[in-house]
Amino acid sequence: MSVVKPLPRWADLIFLPLINLCVAFFICGIVVWMIGENPFTALAVMIKGAFVYPGGLGYTLYYTTNFIFTGLAVATAFHAGLFNIGGEGQAYVGSLGILAASSMFAPFMPALLLVLLCIVGSALLGALWAMIPAYLQAKRGSHIVITTIMFNFLAFSLMGWLLAGPLIQPNQQSPQSSPLPEGAHMPKAQAVLDWFGVGIADSLLNMSFILALVALAVFWVLIWKTRLGFEIRTVGKNQDAALYAGINVSKIIIITMMVSGGFAGLLAVNEVMGAQHRVVLNYTAGYGFTGIAVALMGRNHPVGIFFASLLFGALFQGGTELDFEFTSITRDMVLLIQGMIILFSGALAYMFSPTLSRILSRGGS
Amino acid sequence: MSDMTQKTSGDSAARYVLELQNISKSFGLVQANKDIDLQIKPGTIHGIIGENGAGKSTLMNILYGLHRADTGQMMIDGAETKVKSSADALSLGIGMVHQHFMLIPRFTVLENVMLGSEGGALLNAGRVATAAKLAELGKSFDMEVDPDALVSDLNVGTRQRVEILKALKSGAKILILDEPTGVLTPQEATQLFEILHRLRESGVTILLITHKLEEIMAITDNVSIMRRGEMVGHRKTNETNPQELAELMVGRKVLLNVEKPTAKPTDVALSVRNLGCMSSGGYKILDDLSFDVRAGEILGIAGVSGNGQTPLMEVLAGMRVPDEGSFDILGKTITPKSVITPRHMRENQIGHIPEDRHKHGLVLSLEAYENMVLGFHNSDITGEKRLMDKQHMLDHCAAKMEQYDIRPRNPKLLASNFSGGNQQKIVVAREMHQNPKLLIVGEPTRGVDVGAIEFIHKELIALRDQGCAIILVSVELDEIMGLSDRILVMNKGQEVATIDGAEASAQKLGLMMAGIADEAAA
Repeated sequence: MSVVKPLPRWADLIFLPLINLCVAFFICGIVVWMIGENPFTALAVMIKGAFVYPGGLGYTLYYTTNFIFTGLAVATAFHAGLFNIGGEGQAYVGSLGILAASSMFAPFMPALLLVLLCIVGSALLGALWAMIPAYLQAKRGSHIVITTIMFNFLAFSLMGWLLAGPLIQPNQQSPQSSPLPEGAHMPKAQAVLDWFGVGIADSLLNMSFILALVALAVFWVLIWKTRLGFEIRTVGKNQDAALYAGINVSKIIIITMMVSGGFAGLLAVNEVMGAQHRVVLNYTAGYGFTGIAVALMGRNHPVGIFFASLLFGALFQGGTELDFEFTSITRDMVLLIQGMIILFSGALAYMFSPTLSRILSRGGS
Repeated sequence: MSDMTQKTSGDSAARYVLELQNISKSFGLVQANKDIDLQIKPGTIHGIIGENGAGKSTLMNILYGLHRADTGQMMIDGAETKVKSSADALSLGIGMVHQHFMLIPRFTVLENVMLGSEGGALLNAGRVATAAKLAELGKSFDMEVDPDALVSDLNVGTRQRVEILKALKSGAKILILDEPTGVLTPQEATQLFEILHRLRESGVTILLITHKLEEIMAITDNVSIMRRGEMVGHRKTNETNPQELAELMVGRKVLLNVEKPTAKPTDVALSVRNLGCMSSGGYKILDDLSFDVRAGEILGIAGVSGNGQTPLMEVLAGMRVPDEGSFDILGKTITPKSVITPRHMRENQIGHIPEDRHKHGLVLSLEAYENMVLGFHNSDITGEKRLMDKQHMLDHCAAKMEQYDIRPRNPKLLASNFSGGNQQKIVVAREMHQNPKLLIVGEPTRGVDVGAIEFIHKELIALRDQGCAIILVSVELDEIMGLSDRILVMNKGQEVATIDGAEASAQKLGLMMAGIADEAAA
């Protein structure tokens, strides 16, 4: 019975998130002002750092790539009503797929095929790591939130042990793997664009960004265009109706989580094949957790996830610049801004909705 | 109009125990109540009738302080009053028995009745006082209940008595009953009506909310009719008739009974043999059930809800594996060992209109066109391409909306934004679209307005005449008797008896539903 007049689509999808974002930045601005710096200067430094300075945009997009993968992982699971907190662990374990594929196939495989196999390897390992909690949820009823969190710790321990032991680069002290063979490197954006005659500043941006865009498109087709996606959404919205409709709910839970883990696993492509060219300790650096905020803010839609990833990528890169320019502002400011954005576009996402609706309907009548 | 009510309100102290003037309430753009006037005389049973969504529950929630009216006045014994919470309502002597009982199953009757008047930090004083009050009320209204029984052990009729006692204990002189007979057998309903009569004689005013015409005719003194948030009429019950009330409710002429040509049953479509099912708790919910349904007939399954109808439908629809016995369905034998899913059933042209459309039949947060293919999403109504063909689905949905008169005709509207009747029509349209050979129907008209009931009943009969075998499960005896060619009565998961549809009467079925087959037959 109680129906509040819904916001127009454009206001709901664009205007409201923008308002939330502005409020978040406004509060951060107050904090910057209290520290004794000029908030507008700080904002200008961040924007310049993220988009204007040489290489700034490249680094922003490099971070964006990571957030797209982990954001997609959370969003996929969310469409089936599952909360995958395990993106961090799945992204971490994904690197094992790259190591396995590159060591197995590098000697006799041309570079392009090797890269493809490594990509498949990372997705596969991420998927398998997500499959275990999914199986436990589907068949044993263990709550996926709990199990995926636990699997993050398992992943950290497993990778820590592997990188300090069996996989450590021979005759080295630091816990990291041997470098990947050249053929398994993801081409740098600078190198590719240079080949086309376009010159850009060097950064860690690599072709994984294109892979991320492809992943966004695949996600969109999967969720909204395929019968599997229809079943995933049905399970997510009403499991009883899914059962009634003859959908195998356990199977869908397992498949969805594997797709989700696969997306998370692809983060390793950007980090290991694109940036570090080896597996280093803790390269996931919290991207998996931030993916939750990305999916939340992007409303589990590919366009939203892209822009949310871009925002978080810009924050990451601009925050580094902030740290560099001001002595009184540290990188922790980025965490504050992130926190505010998550607060306003996640927890309080609809706080301004009634007001906005009232203003719009007054304007309309 | 308003002048008249102004004048009467002056000397209404003795005339009306409760009076509402110009009550309006809206939720966003939806006007749930509009300029409602209502006058209730003390010591009467006043019925409020209207279709689902007519605004009856909103009005009662305003009375009981759960909602606040936007405008209008409320007078109790002629004095203007504001009810801001249910605590206010209770202190003003207004009690409410909700449609879904507000009892704590693991508490005893006494503990439940005591809720809200526990007394001090220790329970003993409150317990003693409540026990005394309970005994006194039980005696004076002849509705004694064992105060130490656990509510979970009581049957539905007795639970309802506990609810009434709970309201009376707080000194209610106006008692609101919201759809009280929905869960009762005809015999239990009769007992309830006797209690209501006794309450009226002792001076309690009763407001009875219902959508059942026969209850209004049977028990009320006055009746007010609501339609689309407005009061459309007030009548003295003995000066009106069901046909007039139905027309006022719907706003047009309705057929209360659908015409039904004689059935021409042919081959057996479904043959159930010694079917048994265990609950997760380990007791039998289906017990040695055997029956046949032929193509071209409707087998009605009557029973108080919770006597095995739900598991029976789930088993036949492939949603639940039976534990014993077997059934032959369109030439295939299903045993406890068969691997069967609802998808197999649909592929074999078996339709299933589930009892609970919100739980099973629809995904409320998906759009209408997506709901129109739910369960059939692997068939070609989603298009023949690898990906789902949205345009094809939209066209299919638009055609079905036209055919079944589903309003509003917007395939992109979320299922939750349709009224109950139109939601049910979406389910009906979907399950009938492949011309099923067997249709399993549960409560096809629960929470559906009178106009849609007529439509759905006609569709079921038409499908039967095309040679479909139909199993109809319903707790509405009128529906069972109006549509069924044969009626199987269930009690505690067993068949009590099967009788011819023409021989059925509410009295007879009621006794059978209570598990008494011999007396009913005699």
